[in-house]
Amino acid sequence: MFEIGLSHYLSVAAILFTLGVFGIFLNRKNVIVIMMSVELMLLAVNINFVAFSSYLNDLVGQVFAMFILTVAAAEAAIGLAIVVVFFRNRGSIAVEEISQLKG
Amino acid sequence: MFTALIFYMFSGLAVASGVMVISSRNPVHSVLWLILAFFNAAGLFLLLGAEFLAMVLVIVYVGAVAVLFLFVVMMLDINMVEFREGFLQYLPTGALIGLVLLMELLALFGGWAFAPDVEALLKAPTPTLDQASNTVALGKLIYTNYVYLFQASGLVLLVAMIGTIVLTHRTRTGVRKQVIADQVNRSSKSVELRKIQTGRGI
Repeated sequence: MFEIGLSHYLSVAAILFTLGVFGIFLNRKNVIVIMMSVELMLLAVNINFVAFSSYLNDLVGQVFAMFILTVAAAEAAIGLAIVVVFFRNRGSIAVEEISQLKG
Repeated sequence: MFTALIFYMFSGLAVASGVMVISSRNPVHSVLWLILAFFNAAGLFLLLGAEFLAMVLVIVYVGAVAVLFLFVVMMLDINMVEFREGFLQYLPTGALIGLVLLMELLALFGGWAFAPDVEALLKAPTPTLDQASNTVALGKLIYTNYVYLFQASGLVLLVAMIGTIVLTHRTRTGVRKQVIADQVNRSSKSVELRKIQTGRGI
């Protein structure tokens, strides 16, 4: 209980990842909260990488976590730009109404 | 003992703010809870000895990404009441899938072990603290072995930047902007130019 091991960190990351998945299901109307859930999932993955890197004494995990941070930042920027353009065209950001691309 | 208390504080706060992110009614509150979650994850990183990543997490996520979210949420004039419609409708499915996923992950994390020859498989063993700090060791690694990947991640950011500008840029009608090419190429009829001798006046 008071000896913090690798499995503790992995459990926290698993809970955060599940919260992210749950958030995507819960907030079907709001694409911004869905993107925040994706950020939570990426954060959980990062915690996993850093925990393994720390307990294995291997720095490569932290290097990879840094690349994940980069990609997550790029993803957030482009996603929010798409949301802004979509809102400008439709006046709403409800995910369920995004059906224009259906043939 | 003390480390354990700190760990439980950080992880408990991270999980609690994660819950608040997906369940709060106002998207602005969601963003603020997300910031708290990032701060606590940075604390967890510090506990794990990854100081550089902890600071990068605070700077990049809290300083840039979360503020970007905040700007977009406040810029879009969205109806907050509408969002909650269908909240309960998707709750059972989401809870079921989330529970199954969590059970799978915990079962996985409970039943694995390191390979016996794991020490021999390490790509870049962490130097001890008297040799190099975390930031120095990480810098030595990304600027040597991983320099191409590092440059590639810079390219990813560049592509994201250009893509964002291209997506959100629009030419509005009815706005009078300065067109320098037109100014330079103006005909001599519109403006009369005179040579003035120094100190003489017109």
